[in-house]
Amino acid sequence: MDLDALAGCLSSSACLVTQTTSGLIIGMLLFLVAVGLTLIFGVLKVVNFSHGAFYMFGAYFAMTAYQLTGSFALAMLVGAAGTAILGLIFERVFMSRVYGADVLMQLLVCYAFVLIFDDVVRIIWGPEFKSMGMPSAFQVMPLFIAGGVVPPYYLLLIGVALVAAIVLGIGLSRSRIGKVIRAAAHNPGMVSALGINTGLIYGGVFALGGMLAGLAGALAAPVRSLTPGMGFSVLIESFIVTVIGGMGSILGALIGALLLGLIRSFGSLGFPLFTEGLMYLFMVIVLVSKPTGLFGREAA
Amino acid sequence: MKRTRTPGISRRSTLALMGAGAMTFAAPWVARAQAKTIKIGMPTILSGRVAQLGTSSRNAVMLEVEKVNAAGGLAGRQIEMVIRDSKGQPQEAARVARELVNTDGCELLLDGEASSGSFAVHEVARDLGVLCIHTCSEASSLTADPKQHIPNAFRCVRQGIHDSIVGGSYAAGIAKAKGLKKWATCSPDYAYGRDTTGEFTLYLKRFAPDVEIISESWPKLFQPDYTEVVTKILQAKPQALYSCLWGGDLTSYIDQANIYAMFNQMEVFAVNMADYTALTVVKNLPKGIHSGNRYIKTFPTTPENAAWGDAYRAKYNEYPTNWSWQNATAVMFLAEAAKKANSADGKKIAEVLKGLTIKCPFGADGTVTMRGDDHTLVGYAIGWGTTIPQEPYVPEVKAGDWKTIFELEAEWKKSKGYT
Repeated sequence: MDLDALAGCLSSSACLVTQTTSGLIIGMLLFLVAVGLTLIFGVLKVVNFSHGAFYMFGAYFAMTAYQLTGSFALAMLVGAAGTAILGLIFERVFMSRVYGADVLMQLLVCYAFVLIFDDVVRIIWGPEFKSMGMPSAFQVMPLFIAGGVVPPYYLLLIGVALVAAIVLGIGLSRSRIGKVIRAAAHNPGMVSALGINTGLIYGGVFALGGMLAGLAGALAAPVRSLTPGMGFSVLIESFIVTVIGGMGSILGALIGALLLGLIRSFGSLGFPLFTEGLMYLFMVIVLVSKPTGLFGREAA
Repeated sequence: MKRTRTPGISRRSTLALMGAGAMTFAAPWVARAQAKTIKIGMPTILSGRVAQLGTSSRNAVMLEVEKVNAAGGLAGRQIEMVIRDSKGQPQEAARVARELVNTDGCELLLDGEASSGSFAVHEVARDLGVLCIHTCSEASSLTADPKQHIPNAFRCVRQGIHDSIVGGSYAAGIAKAKGLKKWATCSPDYAYGRDTTGEFTLYLKRFAPDVEIISESWPKLFQPDYTEVVTKILQAKPQALYSCLWGGDLTSYIDQANIYAMFNQMEVFAVNMADYTALTVVKNLPKGIHSGNRYIKTFPTTPENAAWGDAYRAKYNEYPTNWSWQNATAVMFLAEAAKKANSADGKKIAEVLKGLTIKCPFGADGTVTMRGDDHTLVGYAIGWGTTIPQEPYVPEVKAGDWKTIFELEAEWKKSKGYT
């Protein structure tokens, strides 16, 4: 425990800026993965244990597109669109068959696909780790804001994640499609009786969740090494986020992810040997005080 | 009275037959010894995050085995490798090793496991008495600790303590020359990371007593994001950083530290940087990272080493790794020992292996030795240098001095109670 370092940081604007942006970066990437997870659970009532694979595919798709075209924007687009299509196919062909089935069955199907997807990546891209490399536009000196260090690429990353959060939040609450999705989550039988194709909604939601995870993977690709199985560690933290924020709550995923990012960022200064433990401790405190998570609703 | 023989098998013949049968079943290696081929078992990591290292181990072994077989085999017996995936799990490594000997009939073992798995395979070798050469574990205690010593196990791998002595000495020289007194460390949070960092700083401080460690970071193994670690180090404002992160973790760390311009703000010493697995993957490799040699074909700067690296690349379309040269050396040792023993028998080979010196492309002076008293590899090329972003990646390597290594290693063993 190094509380002096933590106190010193809290009283320094340079340190505060650096560590806060550090927390935001970690949190926003986590949010993109976790929000897909929570969305799928909220609507489909399925805990998608294979969700980390979409993060992995997003990174690999983006890397391949970047290598072929040299365009970073296209790489992001391919990462997101590719995983959306993959998500749709995965949901229609496999997951749709286990809705309403025993949780164990759903878990087994998802876990089987974790292994299958990892092997597919190994076959296509090889078992060795890979690096996409930072696009030349972002190979610049970091910005110095109030003495703190902020890399320009991370500003873009935070911006993209924020836009995704806002579009998702407004889209689900204000648009007609959003209302239908929320209605399907609440009472799919009634939605179906009104002549709306719930299968299409389910497929769309799964594709959206996959796309968000894929976008996170694509955004992370320039700064994280790519390996088969890379989605697993992200998945664990995403589960912590959804548990803290409340399963099914998008606002909860955002707040949970940001809190987790800040805990890691400032925790590494004050509690260098207990940073991981702090995340779990926080989760336990939330679960004990509010078992449904910060923004989760009690089951009806 | 004259005894007459009754027809059928006599009691004496029956006893002889039973004895022969019992010998065959109780000591299957007697029967196996007559076989034309000799099976060598190899548990290694062929799946998961470090599969690339296991695959490169297998490749290197096969490259050398082909040469041995072309030259007539191991004491006249063609080698058949039986290579199995342990998935990097110690219990699986032990199970596979046992199965290779008991079920597959392997007479020798090459243990291509990381440290955690190697200790498990070592116990199998202790139990079965089969000759076992560890080819990947750098944990010093595997052979330095006398409790681990068994007559049938050897280690054909670089050792953590050797790297730390050479690294500490090299880094101290630069610390003194550039006045680097404030140091930070960032290494993976498991036995290898903790031990290697501890040993490096021990020798760094010994050679440069002014050095002070002002910040330590211990990210977990295979952590995807190092942002908080990078910013923590930036806050501490050290003049130099030591890291023994490796593989994909190291490349992630470099990519993430690069965008904070960290490499402009401090000298970085990353012992595992100079390995092709990392050098060829990092797209924006900063100039001037100090690293120990893992495997590069330009050190030692001999035609033999360059030729070996090129031959490997020509066959497998990729560069060898640190694990590759160690595995290749193990096969070279086996071939030479079998030739000297004029036998492929494990016990006879083990006797010859003790203290054996062979010609080797990876030797500091063109030879390497299997030290007799602790059954471990010495005399291999070891050194540190600085990176550049393109080939040859580490243009100049300052070689470590084996005389100093031996002296300090002996002291270290004494301090640990090993001698």
